[in-house]
Amino acid sequence: MTSLPDSTERKLGLVIDLDTCVGCHACVVSCKGWNTENYGAPLSDQTPYGADPSGTFLNRVHSYEVQPAQGAAQLVHFPKSCLHCDNAPCVTVCPTGASYKRQEDGIVLVNEDACIGCGLCAWACPYGAREMDAASKVMKKCTLCVDRIYNENLPEIDRVPACVRTCPSNARHFGDLADPDSDVSRLVVARGGMDLMPEQGTAPVNKYLPPRIKDRLDRIDDADVLEPFLDVVTDQPKGFLGWLDKALDKI
Amino acid sequence: MTQPLLDTSPLVSDEIRKTTCYMCACRCGINVHLKDGKVAYIEGNRDHPVNKGVLCAKGSAGIMQINAPSRLRAPLKRVGPRGSGTFEEISWDEALELATSWLKPLRETAPEKLAFFTGRDQSQSFTGWWAQQFGTPNFAAHGGFCSVNMAAAGIYTMGGAFWEFGQPDWEHTKLFILFGVAEDHDSNPIKMGIGRLKARGARIVGVNPIRSGYNAVADDWLGITPGTDGLLILSLVHELLRTGRIDLDYLSRYTNAPVLLNGDPKSSEYGLFLRDDVGKPLVIDRVTGKLTAFDQHGVRPDLAASHRHAGITHRPVMHLLAERYLDPQYAPEAVAKRTGIPAPKIRALANEIAHTAFDDPVILRREWTDFRGETHQTMVGRPVAFHAMRGISAHSNGFQTARALHILQILLGAVETPGGMRFKPPYPKPATAHPKPHCKMTPGAPLDGPHLGYVQGPDDLCLKADGSAARIDKAFTWENPMSAHGLMHMVISNAHAGDPYRIDTLFLYMANMSWNSSMNTGGVMQMLTDTDDNGDYVIPRIIYSDAYSSEMVAYADLILPDTTYLERHDCISLLDRPISEADGAGDAIRWPVIEPDRDVRGFQSVLLDLGARLGLPGMLAADGSPKYADYADYIVSHERKPGVGPLVGWRTGDRGLTHGRGLPNAAQLDEYIAHGGFFVAHVPEDAAYFKPWNRAYQDWAVGMGFYDKPEPYLFQLYVEPLRRFQLAAEGHGSCQPPDHLRERIKTTLDPLPIWYAALEDGHADPEAFPVHALTQRPMAMYHSWGSQNAWLRQIHGVNPLYVPTKLWEQHGFAEGDWAQVTSAHGVITVPVAHMAALNENTVWTWNAIGKRKGAWALDDKAPEAEKGFLLNHLIHELLPPRGDGLRWSNSDPVTGQAAWFDLRVNIEKVPAPDRSQPAFAAVDSPVGKGPDTLAWKVGK
Repeated sequence: MTSLPDSTERKLGLVIDLDTCVGCHACVVSCKGWNTENYGAPLSDQTPYGADPSGTFLNRVHSYEVQPAQGAAQLVHFPKSCLHCDNAPCVTVCPTGASYKRQEDGIVLVNEDACIGCGLCAWACPYGAREMDAASKVMKKCTLCVDRIYNENLPEIDRVPACVRTCPSNARHFGDLADPDSDVSRLVVARGGMDLMPEQGTAPVNKYLPPRIKDRLDRIDDADVLEPFLDVVTDQPKGFLGWLDKALDKI
Repeated sequence: MTQPLLDTSPLVSDEIRKTTCYMCACRCGINVHLKDGKVAYIEGNRDHPVNKGVLCAKGSAGIMQINAPSRLRAPLKRVGPRGSGTFEEISWDEALELATSWLKPLRETAPEKLAFFTGRDQSQSFTGWWAQQFGTPNFAAHGGFCSVNMAAAGIYTMGGAFWEFGQPDWEHTKLFILFGVAEDHDSNPIKMGIGRLKARGARIVGVNPIRSGYNAVADDWLGITPGTDGLLILSLVHELLRTGRIDLDYLSRYTNAPVLLNGDPKSSEYGLFLRDDVGKPLVIDRVTGKLTAFDQHGVRPDLAASHRHAGITHRPVMHLLAERYLDPQYAPEAVAKRTGIPAPKIRALANEIAHTAFDDPVILRREWTDFRGETHQTMVGRPVAFHAMRGISAHSNGFQTARALHILQILLGAVETPGGMRFKPPYPKPATAHPKPHCKMTPGAPLDGPHLGYVQGPDDLCLKADGSAARIDKAFTWENPMSAHGLMHMVISNAHAGDPYRIDTLFLYMANMSWNSSMNTGGVMQMLTDTDDNGDYVIPRIIYSDAYSSEMVAYADLILPDTTYLERHDCISLLDRPISEADGAGDAIRWPVIEPDRDVRGFQSVLLDLGARLGLPGMLAADGSPKYADYADYIVSHERKPGVGPLVGWRTGDRGLTHGRGLPNAAQLDEYIAHGGFFVAHVPEDAAYFKPWNRAYQDWAVGMGFYDKPEPYLFQLYVEPLRRFQLAAEGHGSCQPPDHLRERIKTTLDPLPIWYAALEDGHADPEAFPVHALTQRPMAMYHSWGSQNAWLRQIHGVNPLYVPTKLWEQHGFAEGDWAQVTSAHGVITVPVAHMAALNENTVWTWNAIGKRKGAWALDDKAPEAEKGFLLNHLIHELLPPRGDGLRWSNSDPVTGQAAWFDLRVNIEKVPAPDRSQPAFAAVDSPVGKGPDTLAWKVGK
């Protein structure tokens, strides 16, 4: 079994804005592209043109419908990848030490040279965030693009995970969640960022910003959110044209 | 514990080549990372004006195009029966000689017998020019089945529309309202804009029967009944007029609201503008009370005053507009049932729009001077922005609905003002500044002008002397006078019917007409393979160019295989569909960042070769040799008029390189490549808003070559050309419509927007077919032109029919069930899935996920071919017959836009069949099948 660091110097992670994610899968494919070419074994695809295509992805977007007690149903897009938990059960369950959490930044990685492909970590992860690559038989997971974020061959502005760099709606944010003054920490405070399944005790580093309250036009009797209705001008003598003539004098 | 040593700075690539994406139509800039000459990774180009570094799923998946097994490999000649997919590979020389032998006699005798239609072409200014030199009147691209309603309504109303013409002022808008957006238009910029609005807490309202994608993140959702958007919009207009919340200053200065209309019912000009001796529309000056041309220095046009002369009262447009929309038929209560939106919600939205526009304006301290010479110290804007696309335009009332939306924007003063909608150069450009359509043929000679354009009245229609249609698609006829993009969806049907005439060769590019790009897909397959009494094909010859083994390939006699987008030259030209943003005019190129590994050629280069073999004017040098070596050579050296070529960047000026107008520069493409594959000229700050009326903008646009002289114009709340068609239908003038169309023209070509129920409702029984059926594209998949991408099909490999809760419960559906879906035209049997966030009388599915067996190098058991399906089988290009013996096109009566979204169906639960129905036999694959595994790592 593998031990976790007592603490990490930084907690690098993602803040994902569920109010903004349009569910376009840009992050999914950008991640697939970068990580197929880079860290470790490529993310393979089985029968990619066949009856039941499947492949390894480190990040997937799920969509859930929510039916409030009153009002219209809503659709929430939910991108999911490794949350780089402080209490990562995938690490402690690893029999070879292949799964580990980095001391310096908290990123959870798989050392593919030491991975025996037993799959215990994937069973231990309550989020289903790890995928066994069917071709290479090693466990694959989000690396937080560890080969981008420190990469001196990339311009500094590009030293962010591929999913963050590509996200068209800016729903994905990367930073140090151990630093209360970081942009991501401030965003979590401002928008009520949440842990995913906190009852699991995994202490995830990644946070989700919840969708804002929707459909306020339906609550028309709510005086706080709506202005009083407009004044009618057509009731005036000579109706609309009478109003028009007077109004033109004022401009 | 010890951690393994990691190389956190691996080499990313040997080289980055910057080009333009083509995984959809949005034209984002991409950085293609290469290792050992192979594509290792594709990301967005941060410097690019369209996507500013981001990239969608399709764009990132472009790497899977290079290895796609569906890529065509060599020219193909059909050897089996048409439709079987049996071909032999031939050489390019043989292919081009064959095409030449077919086309040359046509050009010399009857050029109209070539119908050349180019699908999702981004080189229309080139392909159209080629067709013009050939001399056929039969050319268009895919706009007629896509979004011509949007384009035509925008151009006629205000000289621009959404997407390629304009965009919200993302920086300043406070309320963003989306109508009926198909999720790919326009892909990254809308997502980026939504992200910006969300970041600063601006409000987003979605009006769409389906609450997915952008509508899912909208703060408010109006789950409208399909086809009733126009009614909702006019109800908002009603509320704004009723409460006097309109921008009177803007309306009087910049629109035709004060223009006087001929009020004499006996006049042949009844309802046309009163004009002065030189043809300028007349207004009454509020300062002097006198009649005057609209554009005179110091004039303050009066919205209220009428002009009385010789016993006749001539009223301004504003009077008619107010009279029409204040009518109680547009009151929220009156439209609530049809639209499915409760009246209080409509009123609440009107209130929010008015409040945002008028109580919270954006005021920029920027001095500017208008076309009347008045200098303004500030730019005042109404921060309400709209965006709309196919959802409102793909209806038979789509033109008037799009017009209604523009009327709403203009009444608010929210076009070309801060916080509203902004045009992208070369727009704004009014309809009068566009060409008119041309159709005059001379065998052996070019056509008399460009095919497509904007008619101003009956005299501009494309009719033969006997009144019949000059074009095979019947564009610019009384059936659809303002069909500015042609009617690609009618070409095969009309050619098969010989109505208006027979053709010889159908030449298509990038258009999957035997599958997802046609209505009545099964019928189209029949038409393409139908033979006459002699056993000859009714459509004698079909030439097709595509990069991939699409469903259409099997139906062609000759295949000219195109390259992928990473292997070719292209220009995304200001003459065509450029990459401009509101603050800059831009164009871009594609260039071969890798070389093809197959015997394929870029279609445009092939067209130039073919043009030279045919001896087309402009494609031969003086000595008779080909004028252009290839498309790259054309891009650099072709001049449309002196100093104006396909690309505006890095031309040759008097003193070195210049931008805008200038002589060709042989090294132009090298400059583009060195500068990231694109060029942008920034709009000066004082020219950034009020562009149609802003002297600084007009002067800048002349310098760029967009206009030859300043062309300020008024927004056309009232579209006079529509009235000219009505006048003809009322019996005025020598060019007269056929009697059976008179009433429809009088009704639907109204110069002020109206709403009418979808035309299908008058043919198909709404009781028998009570449910609306729609399609949309997934954001991560764009039709089929990008092959069946190995990564994207794992995201969207199935397309159930989504059924709302009410219908789901009513029919007792459970997960895994199938439904038979019936329309007035056809029947399909398909898998269903429940979706709650959906209009209660609407079902929908993802477009073009369904594939034909044998196409796209997919396994015959691929879910796309087993369970995937098209709604197209339920939609006919003609409306159901109604006993008058006439063929009524299922199109908008103004523009001819294919009315895909008028579809009405009935659904019922049925036992699960083996596979989706109708099922078609497999076609032979000319490319074989794909590999069993992929692990695409090109580096070490």
